Amino acid sequence: MTQSAARNFINIGERTNVTGSARFKKLILEGDYAAAVEVARQQVENGAQIVDVNMDEGMLDGVLAMRTFLNLIAAEPDIARVPVMVDSSKWEVIEAGLQCVQGKAVVNSISMKEGEEKFVSDARKCLSYGAAVVVMAFDEVGQADTASRKIEICQRAYRILTEEVGFPAEDIIFDPNIFAVATGIEEHNTYALDFIHAAREIRATCPGCHISGGLSNISFSFRGNEPVRRAMHSVFLYHAIPAGMDMGIVNAGQLDIYDEIEPELRERVEDVILNRREDATERLIEIAEGFKGQKGKTQEKDTKWRETPVARRLEHALVHGILEHIVEDTEEARQNFERPLHVIEGPLMDGMNVVGDLFGAGKMFLPQVVKSARVMKAAVAHLEPFMEREKEELGLVGKSNGKVVMATVKGDVHDIGKNIVGVVLACNGYEIVDLGVMVPAETILDTAVEQGADMVGLSGLITPSLDEMVYVAAEMERRGMEMPLLIGGATTSPAHTAVKIEPAYGRGPIIHVSDASRAVGTVGALMNPDERGAYWEAAKARHERLRASRAGGPPTPRLPIEEARAAKFDAGAEPSAPPPSFTGVKHFNDFDLAEIARYIDWTPYFASWDLAGRFPQILEDEKVGAAATDLWGETQAMLQRVIGDQWFKPKAAVGFWGAKPVGDDIHLDTGDVLHTLRQQMVKKNGKANFALSDFLSEQGDHIGAFCVTAGPEADKIAKEFEAKGDDYSAIMVKALADRFAEAMAEMMHERVRKELWGYAADEAFDNAALIKEAYRGIRPAPGYPAQPDHTEKETIFRLLDAEPAIDVALTSSFAMHPAPSVSGLYFAHPDAAYFAVGRIERDQVEDYAARKGWDMRTAERWLAPILNYDPYARVAAE
Amino acid sequence: MQLTDTLAALAREAETRILILDGAMGTQIQGFKFSEEDFRGERFADWGSSLKGNNDLLNLTQPDAIRTIHQRYIAAGADLIETNTFSATTIAMADYGMEGLADEIAAEGARLAREAAEGAGRPVAVLGAIGPTNKTLSLSPDVNDPGYREVTFEQVRTAYEAQVRAMAPYVDALLIETVFDTLNAKAAVKAILDADPGLPIIISGTITDASGRTLSGQTAEAFWYSIRHAKPWAVGLNCALGAEMMRPHIQAISRVADTRIIAYPNAGLPNAFGEYDETPDQTGALLADWAKSGLVNILGGCCGTTPDHIVAIARTANGKTPRAIPAARPGMHLSGLEPFELAS
Repeated sequence: MTQSAARNFINIGERTNVTGSARFKKLILEGDYAAAVEVARQQVENGAQIVDVNMDEGMLDGVLAMRTFLNLIAAEPDIARVPVMVDSSKWEVIEAGLQCVQGKAVVNSISMKEGEEKFVSDARKCLSYGAAVVVMAFDEVGQADTASRKIEICQRAYRILTEEVGFPAEDIIFDPNIFAVATGIEEHNTYALDFIHAAREIRATCPGCHISGGLSNISFSFRGNEPVRRAMHSVFLYHAIPAGMDMGIVNAGQLDIYDEIEPELRERVEDVILNRREDATERLIEIAEGFKGQKGKTQEKDTKWRETPVARRLEHALVHGILEHIVEDTEEARQNFERPLHVIEGPLMDGMNVVGDLFGAGKMFLPQVVKSARVMKAAVAHLEPFMEREKEELGLVGKSNGKVVMATVKGDVHDIGKNIVGVVLACNGYEIVDLGVMVPAETILDTAVEQGADMVGLSGLITPSLDEMVYVAAEMERRGMEMPLLIGGATTSPAHTAVKIEPAYGRGPIIHVSDASRAVGTVGALMNPDERGAYWEAAKARHERLRASRAGGPPTPRLPIEEARAAKFDAGAEPSAPPPSFTGVKHFNDFDLAEIARYIDWTPYFASWDLAGRFPQILEDEKVGAAATDLWGETQAMLQRVIGDQWFKPKAAVGFWGAKPVGDDIHLDTGDVLHTLRQQMVKKNGKANFALSDFLSEQGDHIGAFCVTAGPEADKIAKEFEAKGDDYSAIMVKALADRFAEAMAEMMHERVRKELWGYAADEAFDNAALIKEAYRGIRPAPGYPAQPDHTEKETIFRLLDAEPAIDVALTSSFAMHPAPSVSGLYFAHPDAAYFAVGRIERDQVEDYAARKGWDMRTAERWLAPILNYDPYARVAAE
Repeated sequence: MQLTDTLAALAREAETRILILDGAMGTQIQGFKFSEEDFRGERFADWGSSLKGNNDLLNLTQPDAIRTIHQRYIAAGADLIETNTFSATTIAMADYGMEGLADEIAAEGARLAREAAEGAGRPVAVLGAIGPTNKTLSLSPDVNDPGYREVTFEQVRTAYEAQVRAMAPYVDALLIETVFDTLNAKAAVKAILDADPGLPIIISGTITDASGRTLSGQTAEAFWYSIRHAKPWAVGLNCALGAEMMRPHIQAISRVADTRIIAYPNAGLPNAFGEYDETPDQTGALLADWAKSGLVNILGGCCGTTPDHIVAIARTANGKTPRAIPAARPGMHLSGLEPFELAS
């Protein structure tokens, strides 16, 4: 909608309507009126000009609920300041409502459905309470569908109201029925136009009256495809408001700004709304799939499952991740069972077992399982108050399959994987104590003991976290703990677990969990007393083999560091590139999220959901295609919100300095020194042994550095989702933030090449080429194979002034905080390429330690993942 | 003279002058210094509870005094007089265990005023006074249970309907006054519309303090939109405030109401002893400005005012142009505690 079109339009929210808001319905059904009142308060605080209250729910005493709620909000001046719309299909509920409001209310609705006599009588009563009325275009024959029927009925009603009843014309609001378009049924194609034409004619012939409608009906056939629905709502209002529609039941979150709707989508939606072409529906469905990424399901298929018994419905909802009916179904199940816990142990766990089986068989995928978990959470949340009550009454204690304390270790901020494992375990009946990120060993172990946990799970993404995990394991040994320790996260491996962690902790099982799908089986086996022993023995045997295979063979031959240096890459006498447009540091914070999004490489995004395959082919993949397509659709919807509501506030720092290689170090004009590491593997055919310093000319050159961040907002938003029990969206937001950070790195690198450094001003690559890094120059990051030493970030951050200027800080393990951040160096040399330093020998470590001002122990700690020797062997020998 | 003729005649006069309403009933009754026995009379000599202070009961036990008070106000220049029936409902009378007498008290009160008006020798209209009762429909008496209500809308409506039916034969219009809870007033309006006595309705709200709100929280304008469906013959404010503090709120209603404006403030604010000190001249001087500004169509007095105050007000109003009734503002007007407008 544009501003001018919206000015004379009254938006009536549906949040205090049990037929429009599942949350409100749940609150009312549970009798939680205090929370229900808060819903009304928020609605008014958010700008609602009228509060619509509807209590039409089969399981409710509508009269009592209406009276109770209206009396309560009457006591809240913040809410009661706006008029009330008393909404019901039952006259007695409407009348009960009218008897509770001192202001002038609106009745929604009356009609001639049951004849003129009843209509007149209802209208008179409304008048005697001083209420305005919504009149549905409905008569003895039925609901008006065509424009002429709408007009005829409304004109007749207007005549009766103004002439016979004496109803003030300005208090009459006609609802000429908004029906779904694009249903595939030809007669429905004109429904939107019918409404718009009728609105115009009714306003012209019934002076003073108003026009209202329930907007969400129009897009009913695109249920589940929010982007298309929002576009349809906005386009419809864009045309209906000038025709005279001045009120509507509209969920403000379901509207786009007309001018910001993607042009192709807008055009095709407009074709549908205005019925401009015969194939309008087909053409909208065509591209709707792209927005949702899912083929339109037939309505029949959608609703049939509702007719099955309640246990089947719960299973269906869990497997398909459908939240819509879960509360009513859970409630129905609760009433069928003796105890609320039986609902969890019975149909809900049965349903989750089906999910688990399908997941285990590779027929369901992680995003779907996380959605199942969201449904499970909603069901359990509904049962919790009943179980609490029962607990109080019977003195029972809650029961779980086991308790797992989970944490991302100290120094590390990455938690997407840990959160996924937590969700998957939780929906398998385990109690999860999630301590979050950057958790010191002491906190993890103290908590595990205090909470009587059954096991501990550690997660980490960056290599220094591996050391921290060894420390946690050693602490468990020292404290005499015996509980299993689970190890997971991107840098962890069975080998590291076998070689480094298991020797530190011998009292309990140590298991490396490679992905979320393994977590359930592992935890299940460890919790089962019959299985645990054998499972542990098998793990120990596996680790023993891994240790033997590593210890057994001779160490890979390495060149002495001096020989490797002799084989360095020669950058030449000329500078690698012309001087950059500036030296020093610039900070950027004015970013267009939509532009950044164009640089996103989606393949790693799917990988973060354990969906393997290249994008976009993954959407067509025989095995994971359906899950990937579903995830893609919902990700696009989330992406729209991220962009539309400016959820992230990205920032960037870029700097360039004059620089010269000195040995394997880089000396900057500022006096700072960057250290690099050199390959020591034996190479054939005269290939160079690279270090990053090789890419600079000894005659004098330039180097750049950058740090980009998607900002801390994603974390906060994810927490809000988590608080609402929506881990699915929480994980999605975090995964998206990671992609934004990576995309920013790509985008800024392009700007550097074309403009800020400007050595490739004419470069023209599409995103696919950018992802393949077809361009000139590299942007290696400390902690990655070309420079595995994370501590080098400290120098980069100091040079860029990153912590104060763009609010990115380093943890004790040199992880960047907030997590969705990327930093690195820029090299412009035409032959600069990414390489892996690989394993290095003691001679280079000693040399590097001296250059860094470290002792050997410190150097070996930070370089542990790439040592070509066993530092402990040296210690033992000493 | 036909009942409706009186009001029709006054409506014609209201086009050219400010009509005068009477003053306080309570202050005049206090002047008679009636004892418990006087309140009881012979008929209620053995009534189980104390009856002193049940002013409406005097319609039955001291009818001459009540008739005399009406005559004093007529003599002072009142065009409209109020029946002594402010609390003549089953709900308000329950305090004295006199629910069963409410109808009779209401009917007698109306008949006494009618007798006085008939003897005036000029058109004097009788307004059947309908008070707010001592129960409120929009507020809970229990701060810990905001959803609780002492009475239901239907109970209040039923009580009002009985009062309306009892007074209808004798009155020219019904005056729903001292409205501190608009929902009570709406119950009264509904009672009148349901009883359908063919009588015009006058509604007067009460802004309780400087906040500019009724006790139930509405602004003057929101109050107007809430009761506008009664198509009042006049609307306005009375009680709680003196003329000085009432003025901005009368102005607010005056701006939006497409009907006559009635205002009858107290004689200032009560002093430490609960007495009203404002002299007739002072009240008259304050209201003189209202009359000059074309704010009102009907002026009178509430608590603390006497026939002398009415004389002063009548003198003040004399020769001043009444407020011109504006056309209704177009568009739909709803209200919560505050007004809401949707333009047409």
